[in-house]
Amino acid sequence: MKPVQLLDPAGDLHPHPDWPLDITPELTRDLYRKMRLARRLDEEALALQRQGELGLWLQVLGQEASQVGSITGVRASDHVFPSYREHAAAMCRGITPAELLIQWRGNAHSGWDPERYRFHIYTLVLAAQLLHATGYAMGVQRDGADELVLTYFGDGSSSEGDANEAFNWAAAAGAPVLFFCQNNGWAISTPPQIQMRAPLHQRAAGFGLDAHLVDGNDVLAVHAVTRGVADQVRSGSGPAFIEAITYRMAGHSTSDDPGRYRTDSEVDGWRTRDPLARMELLLEKQGWSDAAYLSELDLECKELGTEVRRICKELPLPELDERFDQVLAERPELLTEQRAGYRDLVASFVD
Amino acid sequence: MPVLTLSKALNTGMRRALEDDPKVVVMGEDVGGLGGVFRVTDGLQKDFGSQRVIDTPLAESGIVGTAIGLALRGYRPVCEIQFDGFVYPAFNQIVSQLAKMRARTAGRLSLPVVIRIPVGGGIGAVEHHSESNEAYFAHTAGLRVVCCSDPQDAHWMLREAISGSDPVIFYEPKRRYWTKGEVAEDATDSSVLAMTKARVVRPGTDLTLLTYGGMVQVCLQAAEAAVEDGRDIEVIDLRSLSPLDAETITASVNRTGRAVVVHEAPTFAGLGAEIGSLVTERCFYRLQAPVLRVGAFDLPYPPAKLEEQFLPDIDRVLDAVDRSFAW
Repeated sequence: MKPVQLLDPAGDLHPHPDWPLDITPELTRDLYRKMRLARRLDEEALALQRQGELGLWLQVLGQEASQVGSITGVRASDHVFPSYREHAAAMCRGITPAELLIQWRGNAHSGWDPERYRFHIYTLVLAAQLLHATGYAMGVQRDGADELVLTYFGDGSSSEGDANEAFNWAAAAGAPVLFFCQNNGWAISTPPQIQMRAPLHQRAAGFGLDAHLVDGNDVLAVHAVTRGVADQVRSGSGPAFIEAITYRMAGHSTSDDPGRYRTDSEVDGWRTRDPLARMELLLEKQGWSDAAYLSELDLECKELGTEVRRICKELPLPELDERFDQVLAERPELLTEQRAGYRDLVASFVD
Repeated sequence: MPVLTLSKALNTGMRRALEDDPKVVVMGEDVGGLGGVFRVTDGLQKDFGSQRVIDTPLAESGIVGTAIGLALRGYRPVCEIQFDGFVYPAFNQIVSQLAKMRARTAGRLSLPVVIRIPVGGGIGAVEHHSESNEAYFAHTAGLRVVCCSDPQDAHWMLREAISGSDPVIFYEPKRRYWTKGEVAEDATDSSVLAMTKARVVRPGTDLTLLTYGGMVQVCLQAAEAAVEDGRDIEVIDLRSLSPLDAETITASVNRTGRAVVVHEAPTFAGLGAEIGSLVTERCFYRLQAPVLRVGAFDLPYPPAKLEEQFLPDIDRVLDAVDRSFAW
């Protein structure tokens, strides 16, 4: 199977008979803008981590097209179960920089109300969320709702038992879930050839999932394929699987040293396939970007950067006291005693 | 008041829950047409349909993981894990996801998921079918861990677990599935003991036996036998293993001055260690002897022909009682 591509790295369009897309200046500019903003957030967050303001950051650099293309291919009413690197997708749902950063600053385990954004909290244990998505989709099915569930995961996650249980179960139940794999080339330091013999989309087909392969650095292709596949899932055809071939330009996390396991030439090769660069070429070739649009976008990115730096340092510190009420619906007596003991101890110290 | 087996009491408890709330779904391996390997869900799929009583693929992590998704969608899943020794593939979903979601979201999300697990030995089963793994789950904040021991409790604790807001690991002692007892199915909530409470099942003055599940009956028999020695022993069914009802436990031991904890699980790092510590800390000046533990040996569960020797029985309980009085 050849990855679906509508826009090549040179910025030229190649219409695909199976995935029609009305490529308007508005759509192109909107997708480009969303990717630019995500990249700016990523750059600021990386800088903040290097300054010691964030404990950890997982860069989305290079994967903007996979995320922006897919999240804009489903409806705002569709529920999303992300992994932990879906910052671009989260931003598209309106999740704010403060809500995104608070987890990585260490002030909370999650930053946003999942129901408000129809976007579940990040899941750090690989593939666990794929089962949550499947269960949620079974609920959608039972409710007879006109919704689907979009869930993100990576090539590494696909080796987990939970991923395989989710593919199988979703297919058997005909649940309206769209599994979106960002195959970004590296599971920390492990390349796909060590993890798997059968390509992911082929494996998905074996589970009975409607499987697709797309150029994950082509936002137009990802958008067109996701939208088309989502329509099929919504029509009751059962779950589907999209494998987006993309590349993690940075390390797995800010604690990672990708220089230990991959070559500069590999990274440079992918740099020529940058998802933003080809959109810039397209906009230019088509005459869809003028100075006003670009300067306005530059300004918006700059303001986002300023906002990210400002809010990071203002994020509210958590209180240990509150944690005692967040374990069970009703605080147990033993926990009340433990809290009181801690309070007494703290109160006993003279400053 | 109907007399039901513990297994039937669980069945009617789930039936009531399914009737009362259309969001309740029962799910697990073979729970539908077969009615579960212990027939606890017998007839439920016939009456509520396969959308409410769901035969799942053979995937324990999947059962708990999808139950989490269903709960996030507003459903109240009641999962059955077929045997205690099969819960381990679901361990990650239980301790990392189910137990933690409320804390991870600072209280925004609740996961009302009940995981029913037939627990313990005494029925001559093959390996992985007689495990007592309550300590693993009791150690995890964010879970309620309860264990029923008679039909009335089985019925009402299950109904309470299903209607509550928290994830509950609900243990059902296998050896007690066929025990009969009266079940007040239409009792008002106020006349039913909350599942968070321990219950004095036999009042006594000289020593407290603290136990739960399949060992409650063993302890009651031991207490009766001890009467011959002139000892009046109190037996407490803990019911809630996490959180513990410290009030009932300490009130009893403060009166009797002696405590022995009895459970089927291996002794090392078991619930007995936690309870012994709690009692020592709170009843130290009233204690006439150290808190003693009677548990299984620290061995993997043995073949069925050895389980009678492996598990605590009346003699081992009475031996611990003697040791306490000899102090």
